[in-house]
Amino acid sequence: MQEVIQGIPLNWYITLSSILFCIGVLGVLFRRNAIIIFMSIELMLNSVNLLLVAFSASHGDVAGQVFVFFTMAVAAAEIAVGLAILVVMYRNTKSVDIDVLNRLKG
Amino acid sequence: MMQDSIQKFTFLALGFFAVLSGLMVVFTKNPVHSVLYLVLTFFAITGEYILLNAQFIAIVNVIVYAGAIMVLFLFVIMLLNLNKETEPHKNPYLKFAAVITSGLLLLVIVGSLKAADKAIATPYPNTGDIMQSLAKVLFTQFLVPFEVSAVLFLAAMVGAVMLGKKEIK
Repeated sequence: MQEVIQGIPLNWYITLSSILFCIGVLGVLFRRNAIIIFMSIELMLNSVNLLLVAFSASHGDVAGQVFVFFTMAVAAAEIAVGLAILVVMYRNTKSVDIDVLNRLKG
Repeated sequence: MMQDSIQKFTFLALGFFAVLSGLMVVFTKNPVHSVLYLVLTFFAITGEYILLNAQFIAIVNVIVYAGAIMVLFLFVIMLLNLNKETEPHKNPYLKFAAVITSGLLLLVIVGSLKAADKAIATPYPNTGDIMQSLAKVLFTQFLVPFEVSAVLFLAAMVGAVMLGKKEIK
């Protein structure tokens, strides 16, 4: 059984997750649309999930997958509240452009 | 050996696919297209989970992320009627700075983790039942966080309803 099982180096997973995470950071910095920024945050969360599963597989410890499960739960709650805030923001400003939200600027 | 190269090829193909559609999420003008590309990214990541022999996480990823969360995004975009391609004009220097910043971040992360670990990510030995061991850990060692997440969901639901109401008296 063991020799059938693969060997993908852990480095590859680290690199892939880093690339996906940086694409998420790029999306947050690059776009002005609040919905796209939310989606970029989801992308970052997913890249970290991938890294957690990879490390959990490499250590043979199932707890990493449980952490991924909890991350997904928190992400779902976060998105529900975040989208509600977005709807309220649209209702007040008629836009989802984050540059409109500058009232807290000193 | 053959199996090994097939798996490496699958990993690379899925990773390429994920990175490509992730970039499309950022650079597409239309928000609906962005959502669809994000769903593609999630499916690619699901493929990576299956490659790691983490079937439960793969299925949950499809159901929760690609199924529920993305539908929520689509609903909000459709309800607010945002599916037009107009993006307010932004300072091009800021865009340039964003690209440079994230590129430097990638450089730092990859550079610092380059010498990290040459270990092989062996998936779980497929003899036992992976679901069974996962459930055992989840419902014994992590039982309290599991219950607390239920409270978190309740709080999120109450918060979303409160925010979504027209006016609060």
